[in-house]
Amino acid sequence: MNLRAIPQRLGTSWVIVIGIAVTVAVLVSVLAMVAGFSKTLSSTGRADRVIVLRGGSVAELSSTISRDNTINIMDAAGVKKDADGKPIASAEMVAVVALPLKKTGTAANLTVRGIGPKNAELRPEIHLIAGRMFQPAVRELIVGRSAAAQFQGVDIGSRITVRNSEWTVVGEFESGGDAHESELMGDIETVLSAFRRNLFQSVTVMLDSPEAFAQYKDKLTTDPTLTVDVEREPDYYAAQSKQLNKLLNFLAFGVGGIMAIGAIFGALNTMYSAVSARSLEIATLRAIGFGAGAVVVSVFVEALLLSLVGGLIGAAAAWLFFNGNTVNTLGANFTQVVFHLTVTPQLLASGIIWACIIGVLGGLFPAIKAARLPVATALRAA
Amino acid sequence: MKYFPLLWAALWRKKARTIFTLLSITVAFLLFGMLQGVNAGFNQAVEKANVNRLITTSSIALTENLPYGDMAQIEALPGVASVAHASWFGPYYQDPKNFVFSFPVEPERYFAIYPELVLPKEQLDAFTNTRTGAVIGAALASKYGWKIGDRVPLHSTIWTKPDGTSDWNFDIVGIYHCPTDRQQESAFFFNYKYFDEGRSFGKGQVGWYIIQVKDPSQSAQVAAAVDKLFANSPDETKTETEKEFQQAFLKQIGDINRIVNYILFAVFFALLFATGSTMMQSVRERVPELAVLKTLGFSDTSVLTLVLCESLLLCVLAALLGLGLASLLFPGLKDVIGLVSIPTPVIVEGIIGAVVLALVVGLIPAWKAKRLDIVEALRG
Repeated sequence: MNLRAIPQRLGTSWVIVIGIAVTVAVLVSVLAMVAGFSKTLSSTGRADRVIVLRGGSVAELSSTISRDNTINIMDAAGVKKDADGKPIASAEMVAVVALPLKKTGTAANLTVRGIGPKNAELRPEIHLIAGRMFQPAVRELIVGRSAAAQFQGVDIGSRITVRNSEWTVVGEFESGGDAHESELMGDIETVLSAFRRNLFQSVTVMLDSPEAFAQYKDKLTTDPTLTVDVEREPDYYAAQSKQLNKLLNFLAFGVGGIMAIGAIFGALNTMYSAVSARSLEIATLRAIGFGAGAVVVSVFVEALLLSLVGGLIGAAAAWLFFNGNTVNTLGANFTQVVFHLTVTPQLLASGIIWACIIGVLGGLFPAIKAARLPVATALRAA
Repeated sequence: MKYFPLLWAALWRKKARTIFTLLSITVAFLLFGMLQGVNAGFNQAVEKANVNRLITTSSIALTENLPYGDMAQIEALPGVASVAHASWFGPYYQDPKNFVFSFPVEPERYFAIYPELVLPKEQLDAFTNTRTGAVIGAALASKYGWKIGDRVPLHSTIWTKPDGTSDWNFDIVGIYHCPTDRQQESAFFFNYKYFDEGRSFGKGQVGWYIIQVKDPSQSAQVAAAVDKLFANSPDETKTETEKEFQQAFLKQIGDINRIVNYILFAVFFALLFATGSTMMQSVRERVPELAVLKTLGFSDTSVLTLVLCESLLLCVLAALLGLGLASLLFPGLKDVIGLVSIPTPVIVEGIIGAVVLALVVGLIPAWKAKRLDIVEALRG
């Protein structure tokens, strides 16, 4: 019955709806960002793949490994061998090139990764979606799907100049949405010579099994000719993204939480005024025999319904505007990391649940007030 | 001012409603203070950039080095007053969490080109003459309790020595201050010579050049001349003003900034509705009271002003509360964004924002109050 009266109080009811819609929209979209980011990272790397860097170098970009050392690292026991008995491993270098972003036209950093000949066995998740693979000893690159979407001049057929050498992009690859999709890749020896380097930066190896890790790590760290850090890929990528994760979590929980508190105040306000506008009606209901419980329920239902509408609008807005959007920012290795916003059903549900919690909290005190309303005074005031 | 008690009483006519409205505005300005504070933190470097200085980096990316020999050639160009260089050392102290912003430099060149970094003459001399000498910012000194005479080991994440280790020892010979920007006081400078002799690879290279131009209006020409000098060489350069350099760096952080702006926009949109509806309601309820005021001889305009002032009082009070709260909480974000306090312009912007908000939400109810017909209102 009180629901039918909502249109009469449209103005104040909108306050709840809009307040909650905005809160839920922000919460859902920031959480979608967190989810997209962690998806990019969690899908980068497998437990049976290991990345080896120079000891204490923290990130690939600052690491250096000599050619002799890469051989020791790849030949150590525990590394999986392919059909012809060669270790499934890739000694790599990464460099940064600055290219213009499509969105703003300003230059941003993009990773160029030189990869070894065993890359196909090492990273089976990488496959071409257009064009062809680069050929060794030729200045050709393949571009990741995310990088192709974000940067100008990296489409198939375009040319990139690095230190007097011209490179042609010949293929585009995808790798299950992981961090490598934000990179360019080329043949390691050709990339090394173009950047005039003779040091590698990391070695990625495939182990016989995830359990072989401890033994493999011991082997490398006790080798007197090596000073290296050995990490499972998932651990490495998680550590690389700690800073960004912190910022995103602050946005999601800090900002989302503060907004939720603000929305609760808005809801309280609306429901209090709803109760006071209906005080005569409520008193009449009480006078003709409705219990306090019924009154509490009616206020609650109104608050919940309004918040639900707000939650739905907010969740829908987040889904409409942000689902599938890409966000890029400066990530590990001093280069752009791209992640996709995915508004999942779970996120939508959690947004709506949040809306209901806000509604319940906002409706609680006004409901109690309504129930306690002294019947006689309320009727007399009219 | 004599109407203040009247305004105050009107505001507290419905306590609960005013408190909740006040609190939701407070929350909005708390967010404003925090988020704009973060934004301002990113932007500060751009605003403080010096117009006399150019930065020359490798055209490939900031991470590629340039030959040391370029310096003499740049110095010989017309319009160039002086040149300095720096490199990225990327070290930490004891634990990877304790990252130190450290740069090998040539002491006299570097401190001459950055006059805002204040270092006593005798400390600069000691720096030049001590091979392993280092000069650190006052903030960094107090963070680790380092003082002149201390021997400090840093672990570089990039640069190894020929023996394969990357632990470098330094003797602190000076502490600099930067009175114009305290955020600049956390760097660790040491001798390029010690660095270049000690490292096992990359010898004879520097990270980037800093060029002081004779006349700021010639910056663009000088920058073009530098890039032309190295065009078609293996080490092509990109020269920009300090400001452009900082802006480009900021753009790389990219979308985070944009997202923060979206959120703020959404928050204030919701707030507009919430506060607006409260003010409308409050005026609607007081129609008879306002009519009485008019009967007593208050003019239409003074009633309008009264309602507007009420809205102003509410919004500004709440904004001050919110911004105050934000400045209290802000230091807690130090390790997320590395800024210790909300810059004053943000506070000023917040208060201006509150005034605008108050006028926008107060205007319609105030107009209604002004147009109020006494007879009609009293009859109702």
